[in-house]
Amino acid sequence: MISRFEHLIEKSFLAAALWSMALTILIFVFMLILGLPLFREGRFFSLLFTPWIPGEEQFGIYPMIMGTAAISVLSLCFGAPLAIGVSVFISVLQPGRLGRWLKKVVVLMTGVPTVVYAFVGIFLLVPLVQSFFTAGSGMNILTASLVLALLIAPTMILIFSGSFENVPISYCNAADALGSSAVQKFVYVILPYSWRGIITGLILGAARAVGDTLVALMLAGNAVAVPGSVFDSARTLTAHIALVTAADFDSIEFRTIFAGGILLYLITLIMVLTVRFLSSLKKEASP
Amino acid sequence: MLPKKFRLLLFVQFIALTLLLTVVNVNAQALDVFKGEKGEIMISGGTAHIPVMKDAARNIMSINPNIRISIAGGGSGVGIKQVGEGLVNIGNTGRTPTNEEVAKYGLKMFKWAIDGVGVIVHKKNPVKSLKKIDLIKIYSGEIVNWKQLGGPNRPINVYTRDEASGTREVFWEKGLGKKTITLKANVVVSNGAMKSAVANDPNGIGYVSVGHMDDSISPVTLDGVNPTIKTVKDGSYKISRGLYSNTKGDPTGLTKKFIDYLFSPEGQKIVVENGFIAVK
Repeated sequence: MISRFEHLIEKSFLAAALWSMALTILIFVFMLILGLPLFREGRFFSLLFTPWIPGEEQFGIYPMIMGTAAISVLSLCFGAPLAIGVSVFISVLQPGRLGRWLKKVVVLMTGVPTVVYAFVGIFLLVPLVQSFFTAGSGMNILTASLVLALLIAPTMILIFSGSFENVPISYCNAADALGSSAVQKFVYVILPYSWRGIITGLILGAARAVGDTLVALMLAGNAVAVPGSVFDSARTLTAHIALVTAADFDSIEFRTIFAGGILLYLITLIMVLTVRFLSSLKKEASP
Repeated sequence: MLPKKFRLLLFVQFIALTLLLTVVNVNAQALDVFKGEKGEIMISGGTAHIPVMKDAARNIMSINPNIRISIAGGGSGVGIKQVGEGLVNIGNTGRTPTNEEVAKYGLKMFKWAIDGVGVIVHKKNPVKSLKKIDLIKIYSGEIVNWKQLGGPNRPINVYTRDEASGTREVFWEKGLGKKTITLKANVVVSNGAMKSAVANDPNGIGYVSVGHMDDSISPVTLDGVNPTIKTVKDGSYKISRGLYSNTKGDPTGLTKKFIDYLFSPEGQKIVVENGFIAVK
């Protein structure tokens, strides 16, 4: 009786797993089908390299690709050092009470909705950037990247500190026995052991930065020109999709945003696959 | 600076709450005709109309849950196509249907609000009046410094709205003569966002629905005419348009009652509350 019940539970979990997997694949198929006219006309690849000027029948997404690239790379540049610093503090320098308390704050930060960050950014950071750099509107790549760095940092911190804490205690003990300082222990023992975790954290942070919509939508200015400096207003792929979807369901504009959707899907897919690959490596390598 | 913002926020919340309460306590005279009715009204088309449609639908459906009202966007073209082919009961447009469209589908149009779009700048900006030709040059990116217009030597930050915006459509058509807007323009996603962006940017220029103007920003006189509800109403301010609901043939039954409701004092109050200009 019990075994049949367990069997049932097992089956229902399997069904749930298959269903969520099927949904993910179906979404991709759905985007491919809606983007099919673009592929058929051979326009998909030219879209990736042309500008967006609806008035002249040009619906390329090149400026948005560049905007996404600039904002996510810059946010990673701001966020990664911060995340490494905090996670070293939490896991290596102060693993005691203070570290645990700080980690709880970081966990709390992962739960803050992005719109809150964006909203606070508008009222606090935008005027600051505007008056400090006296360049443009204050809504630009720099502003969005700074806020985005704060948004992706908690994810990276948790993954980093998780991988630091995974270092076998015997290694650390050996380093302590040799009289190394905490910093030496980090640089010569922990860092070489947990580099995969660091790369995983960076990739997942980047994936969040690429996929986030609201921060860029509210803070980056959304101009459709290809950005030339960090003080230029720019539009990300996600913000672009949000801005265009609302308009029309029957136009070429609407079709072309599926090119953006497919591209975002592929970027995230590649990132997740890389992370999976890295974690499989780790299993084989660990004793 | 900050407390003022919060005060504004509080004020907005207060307004929202008041609206909510008015809806609950609404003295439902105009709604009486919906009592005992049953059925469905399908609406699609112009996106500028949606807030008004939603408020009207909510009032009607809360007094009579047997009436279902569905509201979709799609834009003016979609609205005309769908109402003409009988897919929806009401097709909303932010322009008059063309003679062809009227002839093809036998459309009847009802203009229940006027929407005017005014140019705005930061309060401290000395440039408070523009010629239309200069406005076009600013938005096409030919004039890039306030100095060229008699202001301080500072770059002009151009703000525009997203592609779905009806406000943008009117402004682009009647204010800019359909000239392409510079790619460097910042894009914001609502009238409210436009106001706060320009209010915070001493070098900014933008445009909002006339009903949305307040003293956080400065309106710009265009060719000598100040954008106000009054000048839009009497036709002297040109960047405006009617908001129309269209039906195929004369409206009947629930559809007629819905359109009558839009023209009732209560319906016109909803129009005003959403920042448009009432026609009655």
